[in-house]
Amino acid sequence: MSAVAEHDDHHDHHDDHDHGPAKGLLRWVITTNHKDIGTLYLLFALAMFFVGGSMAMVIRAELFEPGLQFVDPAFFNSMTTMHALVMVFGAVMPAFVGLANWQIPLMIGAADMALPRMNNMSFWMLVAGVLLLASTLFMEGGAPNGGWTLYPPLVLQPITVGKALPFAIFSVHLLGISSIMGAINIIATILNMRAPAMRLMDMPLFVWTWLITAFLLIAVMPVFAGAVTMLLTDKFFHTSFFNAAGGGDPVLYEHIFWFFGHPEVYIMILPTFGVASTIIPVFARKPLFGYASMVWATASIAFLSFIVWAHHMFTVGMPIAGELYFMYATMIIAVPTGVKVFNWTATMWKGAMTFETPMLFSIAFVVLFTMGGFTGLMMSIAPSDFQYHDTYFIVAHFHYTLVPASIFILMAAGYFWLPKWTGHMYNEKIGQLHFWLSVISVNILFFPQHFLGLAGMPRRIPDYAIQFADWNMISSIGGFIFGASQLLFLYIVYDTIKGGTGEKVTDEVWEDASKHGLEWTLPSPVPYHTWTTPPSAVPTEHVLDTH
Amino acid sequence: MSEELSKKHTKLVRILVFVAVAMFGFGYALVPIYDVLCEWKWIERDRPDDIKQVSEATYKIDLDREITVEFITTLNESTPMEFYPEVKQLKVHPGEYHTVNFYAENKANKVMVSRAIASFSPALTSSYFEKTQCFCFSEQTFQPKEIKIMPMRFVINPDLPVSYKTITLSYTFFDNTDKSVNK
Repeated sequence: MSAVAEHDDHHDHHDDHDHGPAKGLLRWVITTNHKDIGTLYLLFALAMFFVGGSMAMVIRAELFEPGLQFVDPAFFNSMTTMHALVMVFGAVMPAFVGLANWQIPLMIGAADMALPRMNNMSFWMLVAGVLLLASTLFMEGGAPNGGWTLYPPLVLQPITVGKALPFAIFSVHLLGISSIMGAINIIATILNMRAPAMRLMDMPLFVWTWLITAFLLIAVMPVFAGAVTMLLTDKFFHTSFFNAAGGGDPVLYEHIFWFFGHPEVYIMILPTFGVASTIIPVFARKPLFGYASMVWATASIAFLSFIVWAHHMFTVGMPIAGELYFMYATMIIAVPTGVKVFNWTATMWKGAMTFETPMLFSIAFVVLFTMGGFTGLMMSIAPSDFQYHDTYFIVAHFHYTLVPASIFILMAAGYFWLPKWTGHMYNEKIGQLHFWLSVISVNILFFPQHFLGLAGMPRRIPDYAIQFADWNMISSIGGFIFGASQLLFLYIVYDTIKGGTGEKVTDEVWEDASKHGLEWTLPSPVPYHTWTTPPSAVPTEHVLDTH
Repeated sequence: MSEELSKKHTKLVRILVFVAVAMFGFGYALVPIYDVLCEWKWIERDRPDDIKQVSEATYKIDLDREITVEFITTLNESTPMEFYPEVKQLKVHPGEYHTVNFYAENKANKVMVSRAIASFSPALTSSYFEKTQCFCFSEQTFQPKEIKIMPMRFVINPDLPVSYKTITLSYTFFDNTDKSVNK
């Protein structure tokens, strides 16, 4: 008996520091709580979204009219390079890691992430990496301006890098290590910490897509780290990986880069699919159509992403057999992606739909992502790609798959879960205004870029021939409206955290949401510690199809 | 965290870290894999190493066809040289031997080892463009301010598919002084 009493004493004492967050600002530095770290990731990503967005505004301002108006060409090229790096590695990827941190433990009934201290470390390494990258803006010679792909020999030449190259490379190393640690944490959480009642095929799709994304991250981030390390040794240690005079080949870099780069684009889109598959059923008031096919489609897309990389480089010189192989392999991706689009549509079919802001953003995602997918199919045709390569057509394509897809879904996720996290309802009127301004302006911004690309306007140039003037001006106007509209989102996030409409939200927030996910069975706002005892049953509404 | 769960985490994390490290190695392994794949016969591309010396063979001169051969010269980064062909363009019949001189001058006050790397456009013509003599076969050592007139003798194999009318041959001189073993 005495042993038991002693144990209890000890236990109480041990639990003391677990009652709530630490006091003061230091809480955010030392926190190991998945909700705190999720918040940090999301706020950091939001900040970077505005930093990267400001760079886009510089680009659109310069392209408003032909001729050089505001910035010199080297700085313009720094802006295109840094805009891409900041948006990819500072905004979209961390935002999804933030959502994973918040939602995965809540959705699978786990008390926290598997490795909380490593979780804290991945976040702060991300901050260090991005700061290192941002510091290059203030260096002699400016930030890297050879494009975010860092192609040699361009990126190795003094005129394109100044002193920035090693900093950019070390920043990529830090960002890579941070993502790999985040991915390991997510896999360990999902595989080891699910509520006992939850089998793999009971998991919400957001959890599934993140599990697969995490494997992609572990597989390709190290390859990118290797490629930039080769750049570093070529530049400073006289190796000749990419130096033709020493027997190297710059085309090799493109192969290694895109072996990373193609899975990387799916790292940004698969969690997007997961969030869309979570939101659409709630507002259609129907279970997700084709749960199992969604899981398999995600896995197929992930697998295919490894074997299609050279479609990014059809024009660099490849044997015909290679062009054909990469062309057909790329087209196959349209099959699982099509399965997903049809499943989302079928989920909405005859549903009792309502159109709150998260649903509006999700529907816009389905429509506009499909358009981005179609232009992707056009470019998968190798002979056509010779026409589209390095023009504004590709710029329009990948912005359609990233902005009205990943970014819109991140917005939707914000509107969808903020009431749960904060216990406050956001202002629906401003939310709707934000949606309509965004969805209209994003099309004014990017749709004309298809025309510019087909007419032959090259990307990454600060000045252009006058026949491109009109559509560029329209695109820039769309860009300014889109950029300004996002300030509404910033306001809504601030307002909701501070109390929102003052309306008391219920535990499930959205009608019948508790049928769709475990997180909606918890109180609103979500307490600091949740699922200290795992839930005994898991909602099966979202997987009805398979049972 | 229970002991058992902690063990499960350790085991999984070990595997995942191993995968990450192995993938870093795989990035480097792609370098030799790429070289091996490029040797495959059906991968038709010109690599600097392919541009080898061939012995002078006699071909039947095809007077019905005329191929325009263009010469382009480039200096990599800030290689301190002057480098240009004595003729920029030549009309030749397949099977006919020609010699073109290239002018090269070391503008620096130091010994320089440099290497010219050839590149063909269209790339698939490279295997029909046979060189019996070229400065590009090996590294060239220049004394300070030395001027060299460097010949390049070539023939176009008459098997060249008829669809090719123009071949552009580009040479880039790389300053290899720091990296060369022939210093």
